[in-house]
Amino acid sequence: MFEILTNKLQTVFKQLRGYGRLTEANIQEALREIKLALLDADVNYKVVKLLLQRVQEKAVGQEVLASLSPGQQVVKIVHQELVELLGQSYRKPRLASHPPTIFMLVGLQGSGKTTTAGKLARHYMSEGYRPGLVAADPYRPAAAKQLEVLAQELGIPCYSPLEGESPKDTCLRAVREAELQNFLIIDTAGRLHINQELMEELQGLKKALSPHQIMLVVDAMMGQEAVRVAEGFHNQVGIDGVVLTKQEGDARGGAAISIRAAIGRPIQFIGVGERLDALEPFHPERIASRILGMGDILSLVEKTEAMATEEEARVEQKKLRSGKFTLEDFLAQLRQLKKMGSLEQMLELLPAGLLPGKGKLAQIKGASLDERRLPRMEAIICSMTSAERRNYKIINGSRRLRIARGSGTSVQEVNQLLKNFAGMNKMFKSWPKQARNMGGRFRPFSGIFG
Amino acid sequence: MFGSANRASKTDLTESVDRKRKTLGSKTLGRLRRGLSKSRERFVGGLERIFSRKEAGRDIWEELEELLISADLGAKITERLLEKLRRQLSSRELQSPDRVMSALREELLDVLGPSSKGLCVDGSPAVFLMLGVNGTGKTTTIGKLAWKFRQEGRRVLLAAADTFRAAASEQLEVWGRRVGADIIKHQPGADPSAVVYDAVSAAVARGADILLVDTAGRLHTKSNLIEELKKIKRVLGKVKPGLPQETLLVLDAYTGQNAIYQAREFHQQLELSGLVITKLDATAKAGALIGIVEEMGLPIKLIGVGEGIEDLQEFNPSAFVKALLEKENG
Repeated sequence: MFEILTNKLQTVFKQLRGYGRLTEANIQEALREIKLALLDADVNYKVVKLLLQRVQEKAVGQEVLASLSPGQQVVKIVHQELVELLGQSYRKPRLASHPPTIFMLVGLQGSGKTTTAGKLARHYMSEGYRPGLVAADPYRPAAAKQLEVLAQELGIPCYSPLEGESPKDTCLRAVREAELQNFLIIDTAGRLHINQELMEELQGLKKALSPHQIMLVVDAMMGQEAVRVAEGFHNQVGIDGVVLTKQEGDARGGAAISIRAAIGRPIQFIGVGERLDALEPFHPERIASRILGMGDILSLVEKTEAMATEEEARVEQKKLRSGKFTLEDFLAQLRQLKKMGSLEQMLELLPAGLLPGKGKLAQIKGASLDERRLPRMEAIICSMTSAERRNYKIINGSRRLRIARGSGTSVQEVNQLLKNFAGMNKMFKSWPKQARNMGGRFRPFSGIFG
Repeated sequence: MFGSANRASKTDLTESVDRKRKTLGSKTLGRLRRGLSKSRERFVGGLERIFSRKEAGRDIWEELEELLISADLGAKITERLLEKLRRQLSSRELQSPDRVMSALREELLDVLGPSSKGLCVDGSPAVFLMLGVNGTGKTTTIGKLAWKFRQEGRRVLLAAADTFRAAASEQLEVWGRRVGADIIKHQPGADPSAVVYDAVSAAVARGADILLVDTAGRLHTKSNLIEELKKIKRVLGKVKPGLPQETLLVLDAYTGQNAIYQAREFHQQLELSGLVITKLDATAKAGALIGIVEEMGLPIKLIGVGEGIEDLQEFNPSAFVKALLEKENG
């Protein structure tokens, strides 16, 4: 796995210290480790070979820098190569100059097209568009119904196939009927790239609608076959961009690299959760870092940035460092957390090295993360007096009982929260400076994990 | 398991189902073969290409490695398999494609060999809990499985315990109507355990033979959602000890090495009784199975090999490996 790749390379290179230069001979073992790690991440075999070749070319002859260990140095080269393979940074998909803009989603069964359609609609709503969803899947039972439910949730129209209507007719009807909508997202049926009949159906849809974007929706957990699937769709229908779904699990998403290498089309969005807001623009830098276990710190900073003003962050950071972080601050953060999205999603972004010691991270990751606990924790803190919030140490047994009653929770839960809070305070004091200073806005959300 | 039990009254449905069944048996292997033929062509074609080129020894191994890895076997397993072949075979044997092929087949069979095991349908009702990450085909598999059981004349009840995904229960309902099985469902967002509790009660009251429980797709890394599944399983056990008879993880054949992490996590948390591989119908090879079976010893109980309602089959290791490695008429 990638988390340990850097460590492994470190070990491999330990014996190279003092050699001065990386040579073909002495990086062989490192290349083997990289190969195993990339293959384990489902990067296509041919792509791995190509990548290794390039890494070797670049690495051989390089001086072992004083500041970097040879291991880090090679990882850096691999990182650069991955970024290059993944392509340029996020480019907005092309939209119509004369509305409506039409997006067509295609992909295998179960890749997440319908959910992605809902997410894209939400994304463009937030940019001021008025999208509508089109269900062009008459095959899977209740597929249209699923899209209708999503549309209802978003408060936008959904065009479903009428009895006996072909996907093409449904789409054409949607274009005709959509007067207020300036953005149509077409959810097509899942199909195999080798199913001739259904691929022809897509070609027909393309011809009839001339969509501005044909997006291939791909499961991030896909294996070696990703290349052929992408090629199949691209050669027969023409793909403009790729959406990578289910990226929030422990999938390394090697498929992203393979697909990009195979069809040369940009990956535009990644799906990172089940909620409709869990769609992010794709950033090659960040994914490359993530693939190499370096964490996606940029995304994290960006997320927290959106949540707090500069001033708030500065004050809080000061409090953090001085250890004067009170339950009141904690409450404020709990409330922010609700805005930020899933906890696990946030945790995923954390680089392994940021928390003190690998064990700690594993400990936090292993802890049960239950977002449903947030409102209860909020209630508990709200039931405290301001004196208690400022100094949790005065909360004795009878106060705990009162707080539990007031918040409708149990004394055990109050105890748990106080324990977590105390532990969190302690942890922050032991954080490395660089983490505490990071952008001046790092939020200590991890403290609420039980 | 899909024997000739035929206990249901001869309604229109079972009659038509019976008719279809007669044609099914002979078709079974052919269908699997057709389904796998694409990947086999590539696999065999690949091997023949390798050997016909008669390149130096080292290149043969490299290309064999590429073939196995491209089948999603994973780098580590591939390395170990090839190492083993190199050790076992003499240098003369290594020159013969047939010998290498059969050795490879034996190796794969060795791993998969003990993994065939039928479904446990004893119990009234026998409860099957279907689990898996999002989009692997749990609901479709349940639909096909229900059809299969209906063919055998069993009474089938479906439990819509996916109360999360939009229109999941509607999807199951369509299947229920299609195959002639009742469905127990609650409102969207309801506690899935409550659905399951009601479903078991209903299954007992109505004298159903089989209860198939459809759960929401859960990424294996989401511990709170996995807890929800554990609760379903606990509730089943409390209603009646010994339930569920089968806890099946549904895996997508297109999934790469992540399938191993999925299986590991689900097995650890929910104690699986077997695996179902879906979408094994065209080009995906599901080589990750080898690693899963080797590590966890889980039997593969069913495979989905097509989009049709009858495209669900028992897993047959030798047919699987054979279909992968042999020529059409071999």
